[in-house]
Amino acid sequence: MDNILELKNLQVEYRALASGQGKKVAVKDLNLRVRAGEVFGFLGPNGAGKTTTMNVLLGFVNATSGDAFLFGVNVREPIARQRIGYLPELTYYYKFLTAEEILRFYAKIFRIPAAETERRIDRLLKLVELEHARKRLLKTYSKGMQQRVGLAQALINDPDLLILDEPTSGLDPIGRMKVREIIQRLKGEGKTVFFSSHELGEVETVCDRVAIINQGELKEEGPVAQLVARHGVGLEQIFLNIIGYQPQPAI
Amino acid sequence: MNIVIAISNVVIKELYRRKDFYVLFVLTALITLLLGSVSFFHDDKIIRYLKEICLLLIWVSGLLITIGTTARQLPAERENRTIFPLLAKPVTRAQVILGKFAGCWLASGLVLLVFYTFFGIVTGSREHQWPFLNYVQVLLLQWCMLGIVTAFVLLGSVVFAAPSSNATISFVLIIGILLLGRHLNHIALQQREPLQSLVYTLYFLIPHLEWYDVRQFIAFDQPLIPWIYCGLATLYAAAYACLLLFATWLVFRRKALNL
Repeated sequence: MDNILELKNLQVEYRALASGQGKKVAVKDLNLRVRAGEVFGFLGPNGAGKTTTMNVLLGFVNATSGDAFLFGVNVREPIARQRIGYLPELTYYYKFLTAEEILRFYAKIFRIPAAETERRIDRLLKLVELEHARKRLLKTYSKGMQQRVGLAQALINDPDLLILDEPTSGLDPIGRMKVREIIQRLKGEGKTVFFSSHELGEVETVCDRVAIINQGELKEEGPVAQLVARHGVGLEQIFLNIIGYQPQPAI
Repeated sequence: MNIVIAISNVVIKELYRRKDFYVLFVLTALITLLLGSVSFFHDDKIIRYLKEICLLLIWVSGLLITIGTTARQLPAERENRTIFPLLAKPVTRAQVILGKFAGCWLASGLVLLVFYTFFGIVTGSREHQWPFLNYVQVLLLQWCMLGIVTAFVLLGSVVFAAPSSNATISFVLIIGILLLGRHLNHIALQQREPLQSLVYTLYFLIPHLEWYDVRQFIAFDQPLIPWIYCGLATLYAAAYACLLLFATWLVFRRKALNL
């Protein structure tokens, strides 16, 4: 199977804000491969380096060393992002635009012809159940609705790879269920999904493979079923063991 | 080019869906109409004062709208995180800068068009004449000046994180250039070395925005400015805007954008 996403010895260092602390290593020699058609969960506690890795993949941050590739193209090239869709965590889209206007804007960036744009807008707004609010300004949208607009914009170019940064964060149970359904539908269509999440139950349900990182280092990688069989415990317990979580004694 | 146009369209939409422009336009219109309706000592030349006040209000409003609109573009994109889904598409940072510049500059042009149409109607109704080409020259030169201002504020928005600090600093610097720019060479003459060279350098370094202030030509019914001068002023503005946009790109191209 082809590698859709590939990280080779990726290292990202930041200058620490506090004086005298030197450099902070956010991602340490990370190697990762995501194959076509799989749903890949990228897990780790807060500050583990998940978002930094995604930032490198999307060209927001430059790697200190190593390389990142999307569809075999180095992520430094904007063309590498032609076939991807990206949903950031909690974004407040242009509040002076309506849902259909924002989708039209992103469609223009991909040079999608006008008639096809309108067809896709209808389909996507139906998919994320925002048809009724398509002409309302985004400033009147709730957090969940904003997230659904985000999902629609990530799908406007019919991407082959979808990168989702905590897609269910801040959503109510119905919203979470909806996002999960969409991910599974995309998987059924043969799309590749790479997403980070804290919802381990959700990851266990939808992912083919997962990678767990902690303090910038890859700790575990493999198919969910294999990991669970190897460790003899659920994904949540594997995760807690890796990050070294110790339950507090009862007071 | 498609991407630049798409980004600039969003900027223009933002302008006409926000209240800033309407507030300043209504304020300018009210002050001008109020002053226009008063007749001081039956002075026939009172229209000159009316024109000066209206042009001053147009200048200040044009500056405020341009600086305000431009200053919030990139910081707001980062604050609301909309820069991330945008740059996650096949969009380069140079295209973002160009799109923002084009949008803000075109928006300022539209604002000027509305303001000068109002100015034309008011003065036309009082003077019974309409020197159309003079108005076109004033508008064109002010628009060129706003091109430099837009690029200048855009550079500020990649240097300063907060739109308010960028807007304030840019406004103070631009007003400073407008008021002091033309006097710097005279000030330099009165200084000793090395201050003299320093002030001279500053005089040649700053964009001379005051050259674009030709309001007096309209207020005092002067003949048309030779078009060659307008052309040269346009080239000067284009050169400065390009220089400032290049500097903006240099700062922005490698800037880490963290979520």
